[in-house]
Amino acid sequence: MNDIFDIAIIGGGPAGLTAGIYSSRAKLSTVILNEGSFGGQVVLTNEVANYPGVELTNGYMLANIMKKQAKEFGSKLMSNVKIVSYDIRGNIKSLILDDGRVIKARAVIFATGGRPRYLGVAGEDAYKGSGVSYCATCDGDFFTGKEIIVVGGGNSALEEAGTLTKYATKVTIVHQFDHFQAFPAVIDEAKANPKISFIMESRIAELSGDESLRKAVIEHIPTGNKTEMSIDGVFVFIGYVPNTEGLGDLLSLNQYHEIIVDSEMKTDIPGVFAAGDSIAKKYRQITTAVADGTIAALSAADYLRNSK
Amino acid sequence: MKYLQTSLPEIETAEELKKMQQEHPNLMVVCGRMGPMCIPVYDIMEEIEDEYPHVKFAVMAFDSPESGIIRNDPACRGFMGLPFTMYYKNAEVAHATTSIQSRQQVTDILKAKF
Repeated sequence: MNDIFDIAIIGGGPAGLTAGIYSSRAKLSTVILNEGSFGGQVVLTNEVANYPGVELTNGYMLANIMKKQAKEFGSKLMSNVKIVSYDIRGNIKSLILDDGRVIKARAVIFATGGRPRYLGVAGEDAYKGSGVSYCATCDGDFFTGKEIIVVGGGNSALEEAGTLTKYATKVTIVHQFDHFQAFPAVIDEAKANPKISFIMESRIAELSGDESLRKAVIEHIPTGNKTEMSIDGVFVFIGYVPNTEGLGDLLSLNQYHEIIVDSEMKTDIPGVFAAGDSIAKKYRQITTAVADGTIAALSAADYLRNSK
Repeated sequence: MKYLQTSLPEIETAEELKKMQQEHPNLMVVCGRMGPMCIPVYDIMEEIEDEYPHVKFAVMAFDSPESGIIRNDPACRGFMGLPFTMYYKNAEVAHATTSIQSRQQVTDILKAKF
């Protein structure tokens, strides 16, 4: 592949697809490379009710429309592409793929997104689908009449705990801090639910069982004391990690491994921009990812104009 | 009645599944919903379809009463996470998995079983 694109976008979630829509609409030759399938984390959202202008949809549908728009406006979409190295300091940026192909572009936008964080404890992987779950809507009804743990203290954890009380007889929320990060109204609702109890300043240390999950070891973080709890299920909602592996030597990242950008989505390398869940920011919503993607594309277009 | 918004063939009845098993010695069927754990597995199937021409890929709706043929299969005993993914070799269950799977996990099974 010898063509030099105007803009190469790495990541096919809402930020990357929006950047593609804007750059291809601006008649800039654009390629969007995605390691897996297009859509990003939004495809994991069962119901999207707060995207302005759209009354109710699901993440899969929304992402598919974005993908269609980017493609129809002229973006070249490449899925299941793995980039093994980058040469992005010069005027022409090169992305080297694992099959030896080299993608060249005058500007690059990193929109690599994030992924759900796992507990990382013994037994988690073994009991995935046999007691360990990451989706209340998907798997809640398997736990009808059972006792479960929800791990986490943000909006997702507390809201999903409420959803799970429709099925489970008892839901215990285990959270690492002495306070929750969720909105006050969400916390109040969880506290008012008679089926929900709380274990604060604690973490899951181990999961075990036979064919199915049976037991969780819970560690009280300040004291290190461990207690065993008989349990049928564990639902995990503990945030995300940015997909920025391998970028630390190229771009400035913060302590959470998020890409540092300015208000125009510029990184510290000229012609290199970043957008979406992989950048350092406070709020992570579809709307903020879309806004980041828009700004990154417009800034990249501006950069290309001024470089001529 | 079709429930799933994918480009893959959707099996609507137990009879259809049995027929497909007879017609295709290597068959992968994902039984799920349009939810966050299932959609990525459908996407993987759509993406690898061309790479595995000797395998037939299909989906079946978990909420259809007809999917009892999968839900009640002994291979799915203890499964508590969607989707239930079935790999049939010569109409016999060669492998079954529960919950979301990565592309690597799926292709490893395809290579090992088919």
